[in-house]
Amino acid sequence: MPYTVPAHHAVPDAEADLRLVGLGKTFVSQDDPSQDVVAVDAVDLSLRKGQLVTLLGPSGCGKTTLLRMIAGFEEPTAGDIYFGDKRVNELAPNNRDAAMVFQSYAIFPHLNVYDNIAFGLRLKRLPRGDLQRRVDRVVEQVGLTGMTQRAPSALSGGQQQRVALARCIVMEPRLLLFDEPLSNLDAKLRDQMRVEIRELQQRMGITSVYVTHDQVEAMSLSDLVVIMNLGRVEQVGTPVEVYGKPASRFVADFIGKANFLEGRAVDDTTIEVAGVRIDVPNGVPHAAGQAVTAVVRPEALRLHQGDEGTRGTLRGRVKRAAFLGAIGEVVVDVEGQGTWLIDVPNAAEVGLPAAGDAVGVSPSARSVHVLPGSASAQ
Amino acid sequence: MRAARRQVTILARDPVLLALVLFIMAAVGLFVVYPLIQVLVASFQVRGDWTTANYELLSTRRLYRAALSNSLQVAALVGVVGTTLGFVIAFTLTRTNVPFKRALHLLTLLPIISPPFVGAISILFLFGFNGLVTKQLLGLQDFNIYGRWGVIASQIFTFAPLAYLSLRGVLQSINPTLEDAAFNIGATKWQAFWKVTFPLALPGIFSAFLVVFIESISDFGNPLVLAGAAFPMLAPQAYLEITGSFNLGRGAMLATILLLPSLTAFAIQRYWVSKRQYVTVTGKPTSSTSKIVSPFAKWSLFSVTAAFGVLVIAFYAVIILGAFTRVWGFDYSLTLQHMRYVFSVGLGSVTDTLMIAVVSTPISGVLGMLIAFLVVRRTFPGKAALEFGSILMYAVPGTVVGIGYILAFNQRPLILTGTFAILVLAFVFRYVPVGIQNGIAVLKQIDPHIEEASQNLGADGVTTFRKVTLPLIAPAFFSGLVYAFVRAMTAISAAIFLVSANWNLMTVQILNQVGSGRLGVAAAFSILTIVIVTIAIAIIGFLVERTSKTKTTIRF
Repeated sequence: MPYTVPAHHAVPDAEADLRLVGLGKTFVSQDDPSQDVVAVDAVDLSLRKGQLVTLLGPSGCGKTTLLRMIAGFEEPTAGDIYFGDKRVNELAPNNRDAAMVFQSYAIFPHLNVYDNIAFGLRLKRLPRGDLQRRVDRVVEQVGLTGMTQRAPSALSGGQQQRVALARCIVMEPRLLLFDEPLSNLDAKLRDQMRVEIRELQQRMGITSVYVTHDQVEAMSLSDLVVIMNLGRVEQVGTPVEVYGKPASRFVADFIGKANFLEGRAVDDTTIEVAGVRIDVPNGVPHAAGQAVTAVVRPEALRLHQGDEGTRGTLRGRVKRAAFLGAIGEVVVDVEGQGTWLIDVPNAAEVGLPAAGDAVGVSPSARSVHVLPGSASAQ
Repeated sequence: MRAARRQVTILARDPVLLALVLFIMAAVGLFVVYPLIQVLVASFQVRGDWTTANYELLSTRRLYRAALSNSLQVAALVGVVGTTLGFVIAFTLTRTNVPFKRALHLLTLLPIISPPFVGAISILFLFGFNGLVTKQLLGLQDFNIYGRWGVIASQIFTFAPLAYLSLRGVLQSINPTLEDAAFNIGATKWQAFWKVTFPLALPGIFSAFLVVFIESISDFGNPLVLAGAAFPMLAPQAYLEITGSFNLGRGAMLATILLLPSLTAFAIQRYWVSKRQYVTVTGKPTSSTSKIVSPFAKWSLFSVTAAFGVLVIAFYAVIILGAFTRVWGFDYSLTLQHMRYVFSVGLGSVTDTLMIAVVSTPISGVLGMLIAFLVVRRTFPGKAALEFGSILMYAVPGTVVGIGYILAFNQRPLILTGTFAILVLAFVFRYVPVGIQNGIAVLKQIDPHIEEASQNLGADGVTTFRKVTLPLIAPAFFSGLVYAFVRAMTAISAAIFLVSANWNLMTVQILNQVGSGRLGVAAAFSILTIVIVTIAIAIIGFLVERTSKTKTTIRF
């Protein structure tokens, strides 16, 4: 069943800066030419001007293929791509106005920093004065002042990254495309570049598509996150939505850590899990008696020593507990539910149970999210 | 089919690229495939009728049978000895710390850039009827160098350097730390060599053997000078059938027979051996340790290597002496008469050769890079066929190419025989495969995103090739140029069928002079060739230096 973008994220066609309609890509299988391999399956997506959307998913989920179709490096086999109201399916990559920052940076090794950044403007035969002014401004924006005459090999990874970025934004393109641009940087630099990219993108107001497999990157950068799996869109939503209200088991599992509660719908606001009734104020979109799966994040579970606990407490036994500093991480074997992961805040003060201890576990009601769809299909 | 149609629509978006692909496909079809088909067709015809009569001659005529078996035997022996010698030299120069490494390396390479008969002429100077060693030193009157052993000796001298060059690369790519690891777990030096280094190099050794085998069996110059009438061989025999008896059918038949072992060896080399090479490319050349050999082994290896170096020096010294000696074997007084001959009577062939080389080299160079680019970076229907067709000539003996060209281009609508163009075309298509293979190797190491970035910034296919790809593959481009130029200056086997009164070549002149016993003039031509080739390599080297100044590899 294809995923439909929720109404509050739908963009009227006239206001869309980038619009993908039923976009798909099948490859002819290398092993068996009579077989098709579906890389991207009927993706619908519309972006307003200035939005930054990340395509997030495990490797092989089709996110990079999708990005490369937007750039024109891959030919869609189904659907359409619109830049504004212009259909660009047949437009060659060099005639699209979508500048891309590559994972490998793809800096021209035979050109110095200045010539790398000026490459695209020179092709446009910009007057010399204009060209120089624009390059200089961008050089300053990305913090490469004084390095324009250097060879790319004399730059650090972070500086190379800046050249790749500068080379794109100097074109003042309609779209900015990022293909896992930070994956080759060390952790500290990655955080710093992430902030800079976001600031630059917002200041210039360029609609951007950003591919990553790093959920932290996706959550911290995006207006919208598109989560993909096996070529299909699993969910489109703000970072808060995809974390708090995952649309599928896959999304819940992929973003952050998730515990799954397998049970049965009782009424609109209650489910029953292992014989215990649990309140779900957010609502249960199932008829009474239907099997349901609910998601609870580790920080939304409370641990009770011994026989303590109130309504909605499940019983279990501690499998192991680890002290991680800010929190304690406790794994509990819950009766009839498998193992759950529970975060204990302030663990240094309250202490952690020992392996084998009998405990109670209760979810904080506001954080229980029942997955749509039937439990067996999840 | 769907995939093919999709590829064409993508290609059609860049009309220049599409035109280029079609043009190159047509050219390869016309100048590679078509002549070979012509040879095959002619070998099955007698006076226009289809027949296998030409092939039946193989069983009835001793001469042809002997030519086939002689060629195969010589090629096998030269392959084994040449590869062994090449391996010994390569091992000595990459794995031990012997003195004069650089000099020995250059000396070993010298035969590669020389005209094909330097070895043969030197052997005649030293061991011929009037040879310095045989007549002057030993006083032998009836020593006969012509025949099997003369050819073998001369071919080993000529082709062992090829084996050396490829095995040097193989040995350099085997990380010496592997040997250290073997020592570390208790292997002796001998065991480390036979259990680690040798097995790792084995596919490379086999590949080198096949290269030498192909070169030997297609060799034309050495057999023509040294085989003599009593020792027939395939390539010269095919030539004699055509130019001597004007029997195109029999010549074509012998050429086809010649083609079979070459193509087989080529196919094995390309599709079997090359997939079994263990190359550990780390990008960081690990410094070679010299722990692998004992001092005794080291100096034994060194003596073989040095002996070959001395042999090269001796051969070239004799050529230089011969060029300035009045009549070798009788009158050793110095003279400039041979040189004067080269610059007066022979000047036409010198300028012709230069013209042809200067025109064919850049065409071959650019074409090689273009084909490499298309093969590595673009998808289109028929790509595999284009790649195969464009490097096929590498395995086709020059004799076959020559016969194919005179058969294919002596009738309407393409009458090219006797022209400048036919020589240029033959050289371009015969020597482009090495450029293509170099280009493919280099391109595969360049991140394809660099070219995509160029397109992404607004450059079309041709601009991207010109402004990004070509500068990046410049090293392969220049080495392709050197190869094409050296070969154009020293080619004989295909060219000898294509020269005419209007367009003649120095190598053909050398052969004629040897044939009429004027070794001094032949030596003078050879020296001039070597000088021109050396100057050209120096110029190209200078260009490389200049263009690669700003280019340093970049860490991704």
